[in-house]
Amino acid sequence: MKKLKSTLENYAFILPALLIFFIFYVIPFIWVFQFSLTNWDGIQPIKKFIGLDNFKEILFTDKSWWRAFLNAGYICLIALIFQNTLAFLLALACSRKIRFRNFYQTVFFIPPILSEIVVGMVWRFILNDIDGANILNRLLNFIGLSQFVNKWLANPNIVLTTIAFVHSWKGFGWGFLIFLAGLVAIPTELYEAAILDGASSLKCFRKITLPLMLPVIALVSILTILGTMQGFVLILGLVGGEFAGYASVPVLRILAAMRDYLRFGYACAQGVSLGLILVIVSFIQYKLLKKFRKIIA
Amino acid sequence: MFFLFTSCQPKQNENTIIVWHWMTDRQPVFEELSKIYYQKTGITVRFELYAPSEAYAQKVRSAAQGRNLPDIFGILGEKREFASFIKANLILDLTPYMEKDFSNWKNSFFPEAIMVNEFKKNNTYGVKPGVYGVPIDVMTIQLLYNKKLFEKIGLDPEKPPQDFDEFLKIGEKINDKDFLGLVSGWSEIWLIECFLTSYAINIMGYEKVIDTIKGKVSYTDSDWIKVFELFQKMREAKLLSNDIVGMVNKTAEQIFANNKALFAFNGSWCVNVYKTMNPKLEYGVFLPPKVNKDNPMVIRGGAGSSFMVNSASTKKEKAIEFLRWLTETEQQIYLAKATNNLPANKYSLKELLGPLVDFLKGMEYATHPNIWEIREKAEVIEAIGSGVQLIILGKKSAKEVAEEVQRIKERNF
Repeated sequence: MKKLKSTLENYAFILPALLIFFIFYVIPFIWVFQFSLTNWDGIQPIKKFIGLDNFKEILFTDKSWWRAFLNAGYICLIALIFQNTLAFLLALACSRKIRFRNFYQTVFFIPPILSEIVVGMVWRFILNDIDGANILNRLLNFIGLSQFVNKWLANPNIVLTTIAFVHSWKGFGWGFLIFLAGLVAIPTELYEAAILDGASSLKCFRKITLPLMLPVIALVSILTILGTMQGFVLILGLVGGEFAGYASVPVLRILAAMRDYLRFGYACAQGVSLGLILVIVSFIQYKLLKKFRKIIA
Repeated sequence: MFFLFTSCQPKQNENTIIVWHWMTDRQPVFEELSKIYYQKTGITVRFELYAPSEAYAQKVRSAAQGRNLPDIFGILGEKREFASFIKANLILDLTPYMEKDFSNWKNSFFPEAIMVNEFKKNNTYGVKPGVYGVPIDVMTIQLLYNKKLFEKIGLDPEKPPQDFDEFLKIGEKINDKDFLGLVSGWSEIWLIECFLTSYAINIMGYEKVIDTIKGKVSYTDSDWIKVFELFQKMREAKLLSNDIVGMVNKTAEQIFANNKALFAFNGSWCVNVYKTMNPKLEYGVFLPPKVNKDNPMVIRGGAGSSFMVNSASTKKEKAIEFLRWLTETEQQIYLAKATNNLPANKYSLKELLGPLVDFLKGMEYATHPNIWEIREKAEVIEAIGSGVQLIILGKKSAKEVAEEVQRIKERNF
């Protein structure tokens, strides 16, 4: 009886949080899934049930959706490689006793706290020659690399890469912060013992830092994938839209379905599909890293 | 929890009318008019501004879903969306009010402005015939040219190009290191659609365009290919650059206002925008030059902003009375003068000046898909817009785009 009372008391403490979670997360998710099975236009009260038709259309006919997915995948790949490597290296440097460490930490964390639309417009100013200052091209000319001068935001062949790098610049601060927290948490005794045993810096990194940082790397990678696949504001700030499909990403397609086509049900189905794919990708990545950790160990 | 269970809607004041709108440039003027109306009637009209327009459109849709729209609001979107609001019983039918006293109120507007808010008998949207909105202003979208730059390249600043070939030839004189050819917000599909529709009607005539929408004519028809080829020609003539595909209209306006572009494709709202950005800008307005001299040139126009009355409002009558007052000649002149927009009331044109007069002249040639018997599907419009962007980027030919548009048309038909 006493145990039951205690259990009930414990549940009573978490009840408000559970209620809020249920009201603001679970119910909306159920609704979104429910709408995804209808052809609702988002305004009229009638919602005709059409089963899995929206999902079939996404899977088999909507080429623009999959193109958007590939584009987001490309941005994601660059972010995973460039953004996270940069974040890791900078975190590694800042985890040591270097001068102005606090200053660097503050500076690296400025881009993530800026609004995406502001970052987009600032970079548009840096990269564009018509309504911007064309700073990058001027710099390239100045240092004698004029062969690399390009229309960064108007050339369809490179516009997505430009977006990916600006996205990485904006996002690396988060990774930096998480990596730094992970690196600082590694007990210094491990390094001291290894050095006493004659281990080189590289060996210390391979045998101590990397294995212990793997869970953190997994976390940062998953957060990078989730953040990148759902991004769109930066693109609007940089190129104003989908740039004839070259800069189209899944969320912009969802917005188009909702806003332009008045297909709220279809937009919900796209949202559910995106969510499902992200869950699967994150799960696979987590499993792979777990396996990798075992190999290293 | 306290917030969840204790918060509730504020008590509605019977003498306060709430209006939602997105027009940032008009908020101070609306507030001024509201003060005058309060002194006159004792009724407070609260104008609530939500910008940018996309955020506003989303807010209105969310409010429609939650059935908590204000007394008066506007709808941004095509007629299909307007029809959905009516079918959801969210908008009041204003026909009896408009037609009262020998249609006095209705007749005070430009017919094109009323047509946008009207659903005719047997309309394809399945809406009960009637007038469902009150137009506040009208607009036309035309080509603009920079007079100073015209002079600089040796052209007569009072003589814009008369036909499409002449227009293309001007491209030869453009040195894109100094300034651009044509600028417009062509990262947004709808502005491309406006330009393209004008030329589609000029090249093949209105009937054939409608037949294409009905599925009787293919987008791969030679006339449609000619329409798509115009963009290729403009690109080759250096009138268009890749940058236009990533340009939002605000950027295009800034470039034109800074004397960095020879032409702009923009709506009459730009008069106020340019005045704010560069009061010294010297520009002229002209109809897009014809390709086919035998057919008329039409432009997008007629529909400006309109207000609708919430059918569930407890202050319907007061809201209608306010809208009637707002669209009277005196208030319309005040609005037009203060915001440089074209008034919807046709008796308020006496005091218009400068480029606004040229935009107004365009009303004679104005048309709008919202008043056509049938509207093209949004998916097809998007395919047309993206296709044109690809032509400008040099990634696809006119024929390839036409085939792609037709494929999507068939999928959606």
